[in-house]
Amino acid sequence: MSVVTAPAGGALLRSRPGAKGRKARNHAATALIVVAVLVALIPLVAVIGFVISRGGSVFGWQFLTQDIPVLDRDIGGGMLPAIVGTLIITGGAAAMAVPLGVLGAIYLNEYGQRRRLARVIRFLSEVMTGVPSIVMGLFIYVVWVLHFKNETAFAGSLALACLMLPIVIRTSEEILRLVPHELREGSYALGSRKVRTIRTVVLPHAAPGIVSGVLLAVARAAGETAPLLFTIGFVTSTNTSLFHGPTTALSYQIFHNATSPFVGAQDRAYGAALTLILLVFLFTALARLVTTIYTRRTSASSGA
Amino acid sequence: MTTETLARPNPTPDPERSLRGATPPPGRTSDRVFQVVTLAAGLLVLVVLALIVVATASQARAWFNAEGLSSIFSSNWDPAHHHFGAFGLLYGTLLVSFIALLFAVPTSVGIALFVTEVAPRRVRRPIVYTIDLLAAVPSVVFGLWALAELIAPLSHIYQSVSSATSGVPLLGTLFANPSGSGEAFMTAGIVVAIMITPIVTAITREVFVTCPASQKEAALALGATRWEMIRGAVFPHGRSGVVSAVMIGFGRAVGETIAVALIIGSSPRLTANIFGTGDTMASIIANEFGDASGTWRSALIGLGLVLLVLTVIIGIIARTVLARADRRLGIVAR
Repeated sequence: MSVVTAPAGGALLRSRPGAKGRKARNHAATALIVVAVLVALIPLVAVIGFVISRGGSVFGWQFLTQDIPVLDRDIGGGMLPAIVGTLIITGGAAAMAVPLGVLGAIYLNEYGQRRRLARVIRFLSEVMTGVPSIVMGLFIYVVWVLHFKNETAFAGSLALACLMLPIVIRTSEEILRLVPHELREGSYALGSRKVRTIRTVVLPHAAPGIVSGVLLAVARAAGETAPLLFTIGFVTSTNTSLFHGPTTALSYQIFHNATSPFVGAQDRAYGAALTLILLVFLFTALARLVTTIYTRRTSASSGA
Repeated sequence: MTTETLARPNPTPDPERSLRGATPPPGRTSDRVFQVVTLAAGLLVLVVLALIVVATASQARAWFNAEGLSSIFSSNWDPAHHHFGAFGLLYGTLLVSFIALLFAVPTSVGIALFVTEVAPRRVRRPIVYTIDLLAAVPSVVFGLWALAELIAPLSHIYQSVSSATSGVPLLGTLFANPSGSGEAFMTAGIVVAIMITPIVTAITREVFVTCPASQKEAALALGATRWEMIRGAVFPHGRSGVVSAVMIGFGRAVGETIAVALIIGSSPRLTANIFGTGDTMASIIANEFGDASGTWRSALIGLGLVLLVLTVIIGIIARTVLARADRRLGIVAR
């Protein structure tokens, strides 16, 4: 506790014998703190630069619209089946996890509040956000793929939905908590029942925040590989069905091609990485945009 | 939003009491039905968690039956000869996580301090967004990047460090037998460190922000430099928050799969050579599951169960520490 023993008064810092050392330590600490930020920025810049430079040379209209070559050693080809697969699998996951997650959050914040059951659910959904995605993949493999003897986009969606559900619950509840109680009370005072209050007052007020949280969850799910490894199978041509036949995904293609000794396959991995990064950053940017518009709107209306 | 402009004597009323004070009109069936539907959605979390445990455990039974407890705790993982000992993989998982935390925690605390104490107000948000962008990069892309750009230069560093320290008692063993390709425990640890930095930073930042201005101002008024203020006011205030951030980062590191699977070199073994190749529980599932069947597959699912139990225990500890810290700091239960 150097604070307590340090001589009082800022002016003493310059005159006391130990002052030089203290000043030097302060500068050293500040320098280390700045270095920490720079150290974290290096990999970000390196990864994005790498993906753009390597992926950029293969990326283009053909890459986005052609099928994946059947043979790994073939040069050229595209990633259309993987792009379609990623969108279908992630969309299917969102269609399951978002409504259920928002309903769960409504239970926690509007009904359960501080009851024991609600606290248990809240706690375990937080713990569940830390369960590794590969475990979700194994789980769906055991209960779905083994049981029905087929790998489909839907199985991948189920695994991703397990991953998204706790995230959507947690972020949605945080947003619902921010809805002022006066709004609910105003609605009750006008004679609305609780369902109606939630539907016409609480949810509209919370919608931008929930949408932003959901977009971040979708972005994270779209980049996941591990839950798809044993659930979606493998194809080289486009499969637009959610429930029939195997499919593929961008993340899966990157993993599959990354260790390939063939230049063509490696190039497709780089191109797929660029496509996936663009997709994920698009969702992240959309989430930020929604948040920005939302905060500007509320600050404007409360300032009026 | 007229309610916002009304004068409020008590800006943060107790949510329970204020709701009870304004009881909604008598409930009808639709109210009831909706409540039950939302409750079911909430219970789904418990159901899914329970199902994960039951399903993986039922599939892992064959492994426990075939191997017995003693060989499960051996470090002999050799599918070709039907040996499925998990200890080497557990060790690999913990070693990679430890290396990752060693790099990620100081960096994260530094970034959190920069954002809360050092940086001018207008650059704070851009920095936070940039660090969050790091979290948006998919694991597989990090793996691809490390495979193409990182392992080659690292292997040179490993070689020279290894030859420089050979013969030195402890370091000699630690850095011995560097992998020629650069695929190693260390490489995986570095990449995992990059991936857990955003979450550790975010949680650390949240607790540092809650340090009362009065305490910081008091320290500065006593003549403390900024660093002394951080040590005397911010660190003691945020200690338990940092502990839980480290635990949550640890949980993420343990479960990190795809990037590790690409760059660790896939050799399950118990070794102190951190520059050598290895394997973790998550990475071996990703790499071997496609080829596995019978006891082998059962053993891999069993590893998944171990992974689940490990991360759930870490998560429970982390959340408990965090909840206690919040209560102490007067933040209502999250």
